[in-house]
Amino acid sequence: MITELGHFCLVLAFVLSVSQFVFPIFALNSNFKQLHLITLKMSLLNAICVLLSFMSLVWAFIVSDFSVALVAEHSHSSKPMIYKISGTWGNHEGSLLMWILILSIFGAGLALTQKTMPISQKSLILGIQGSIGSAFLAFCLFTSNPFERLSNIPLDGNGLNPVLQDIGLALHPPTLYVGYVGLSLAFSFAVAALLINTFDKNWARYMRVWVQIAWCALTLGIGLGSWWAYYELGWGGWWFWDPVENASLMPWLAATALLHSVIVVEQREQLKSWTVLLAIIGFSLSLLGTFIVRSGLLTSVHSFASDPTRGLFILGILIISIGPPLILFAIRGPKLKTDGPLVLVSRETALIANNFLLICATIVVLIGTFYPIALEMTTGMKITVGPPFFEATFNPIMGLLVIIMGVGPFMIWKQGLMRKTKQIWMFGIGITALTTFIIIQASTVLSIGAIVGISTVIWLGATIICDLVFKVRTLKRNNKSDFWQRLIHLQWSMWMAHFGVVIFLIGALGESIFKNETVARMHIGEQIQIGADKAELKSLSTRTGSNYEALVATLHIIDDQDNHIGTLNPEKRIYPVERQTTTEAAIRQKLTHDYYAVLGDGNQTDGYTIRLYRKPFVSWIWFGVLLMASGAAVSALKNINYHKKSIKVLKS
Amino acid sequence: MSPKSNRLILFGVAAAFLISAAVLTLSALEENIVYFYTPSELDRSEIGSRSIRIGGLVKKDSIHINGLTARFVIEDATSQQTVIYTGALPDIFRDGQGVIAEGKFKNKFFKANVVMAKHDEKYMPREVADKLKEQGVWQGETSR
Repeated sequence: MITELGHFCLVLAFVLSVSQFVFPIFALNSNFKQLHLITLKMSLLNAICVLLSFMSLVWAFIVSDFSVALVAEHSHSSKPMIYKISGTWGNHEGSLLMWILILSIFGAGLALTQKTMPISQKSLILGIQGSIGSAFLAFCLFTSNPFERLSNIPLDGNGLNPVLQDIGLALHPPTLYVGYVGLSLAFSFAVAALLINTFDKNWARYMRVWVQIAWCALTLGIGLGSWWAYYELGWGGWWFWDPVENASLMPWLAATALLHSVIVVEQREQLKSWTVLLAIIGFSLSLLGTFIVRSGLLTSVHSFASDPTRGLFILGILIISIGPPLILFAIRGPKLKTDGPLVLVSRETALIANNFLLICATIVVLIGTFYPIALEMTTGMKITVGPPFFEATFNPIMGLLVIIMGVGPFMIWKQGLMRKTKQIWMFGIGITALTTFIIIQASTVLSIGAIVGISTVIWLGATIICDLVFKVRTLKRNNKSDFWQRLIHLQWSMWMAHFGVVIFLIGALGESIFKNETVARMHIGEQIQIGADKAELKSLSTRTGSNYEALVATLHIIDDQDNHIGTLNPEKRIYPVERQTTTEAAIRQKLTHDYYAVLGDGNQTDGYTIRLYRKPFVSWIWFGVLLMASGAAVSALKNINYHKKSIKVLKS
Repeated sequence: MSPKSNRLILFGVAAAFLISAAVLTLSALEENIVYFYTPSELDRSEIGSRSIRIGGLVKKDSIHINGLTARFVIEDATSQQTVIYTGALPDIFRDGQGVIAEGKFKNKFFKANVVMAKHDEKYMPREVADKLKEQGVWQGETSR
């Protein structure tokens, strides 16, 4: 019954979405302005319907209703409750429904907030959201109905791939989806701007909050995914340049560019048409990210569906959602008026350079990801483009971007560099040069790439600190009385996010330059060397988990003075329902380095294969990601408060 | 400086950068493409010492493990290739499993530095499944 109710709600949501799309377009050319208000209410109703529908699917998973085909195929009565729930979106149909849910919630979010925005504009943006929503609801209802019933009800379900039974993976898709779908609002803002030919400061200010929210979630989602890959896949790496990872990286790069270009529109009313284009591209890339991946076009652990009709439908949606906006952009884009000429040395140009490099990086990733597919389609030849390609192309571009990140904050809008910054420049360059010199002298083993990498990070870190100290000091000198009130208005969110990049890079570089790795076949009592330390295999035992059996190894880490500094318990798990084996890596996390152990195959007589890694600074990668996301979150909160204040001003 | 010359400088820098980025990308692509073969497609004279991927099924009773080094045979409908690999094998590496080995030829052996297998027969690497289907030796369900 609940299942049918969910299905009915979904149909209702489809009807609502279509009208949410049609009404504001109609209202645009008529005098019946009441339609705008109705559109707003409809987007709320839409969100409620989709939410009810989603909840009823979650309910079917919770109570293990195997008469629902999706539940029978992807769940099992013996699964822990949390993975029953997360199993809802661990498959094609469910994840699609979740995508739609987030889309409708974003729509409702816009309807409920940003009250200062003219209602006709708001309803138009919701109209564009409605068009996306109706396309995906149609896709969901007609090709991937999650509520399909089975005529022969099985006794128990097929279970969920054990690799997916993990808390990191329960959270990774929802977060990532919030990021992907958040970009849909930026897209709707851009298309609406083209439709009514307005794109001004205010428009950019409204749009910026949503870009920040989307960017924040996208950053967290990618970070979660990489964290999951690090501890769950047992390969010891955190980024593999896998097509699916690339598919999430591309919208992230575009969103990062958008995050910065929208500031230029807000402050200077420049880069308008470029920003509109970026918003369209960003959302197109996230559609590509979610759905081309899921359509089975890319080889990956992530691919669910390989039904050709679904692939075609997705291709259709992609063409419909990207084509008309691009045509609209070609007609209207150049007409968006720009304010004033461009000054060569200014913050605008630094941000243009940022955008330019980010888009170059996006194109490089795009080529590396889709060239193999294009080649296979045209010639039938099967190739892979591996990490060396991305390291040779992506890394230098991003290196250049990091260098510019050190310069940009010292520039002022419209007019060159900040005055009286000479000592600060000297300081930044001095520190970088000095530390680079020391590193070169101290170490003979580092490659040129490693040295360049390290000094780039030092440069960025030093310039951010310089910028911060300089601005706080200037403020203190000029504002004796209201120093503290003004202090909180400095660009803390920018410093946070940029310093997050520094922390992230320390992790990424530390891991890639200084890691140690050993593989050995070990008997109980044997020791192997890892870096300066040793590891000893103490014992092996068995353990019964909630829905698996595990073989557990106990490894002691011993430092060079024979002190026992840690214990690692890597596992090999057998899931009887799914008839699969998984390896659970054991990680001993420390601030400066991780120990990482994986138990391979083996037996009592031949010994067991054990892989051990020592990874310096690796956890900094995720601290950095967290700091970047927090920077965006803080800025978004500040902007939301700004809107609230302006409402108060209007009302008083 | 006039706005026009500013714009010109900006475009010049951008164009120069784009060209160098394109050259960099193309040369990196040239060097780092890894081709995929099944055993019957292997042509040593063409491959030389390039890094390639070989995919197929692990031949029955062909796995010999000595310490950390494994020797096994990857086969398709008509041909076989012996692979040598040192390191930890994937969880479900076994007879009849679809696998991909990446590495280079050394004399008559293929020395792999990576061996990949997906989790159980349902998750057969797609390249392998496609090729095996073409050759008619595919026995599993449809690939997912």
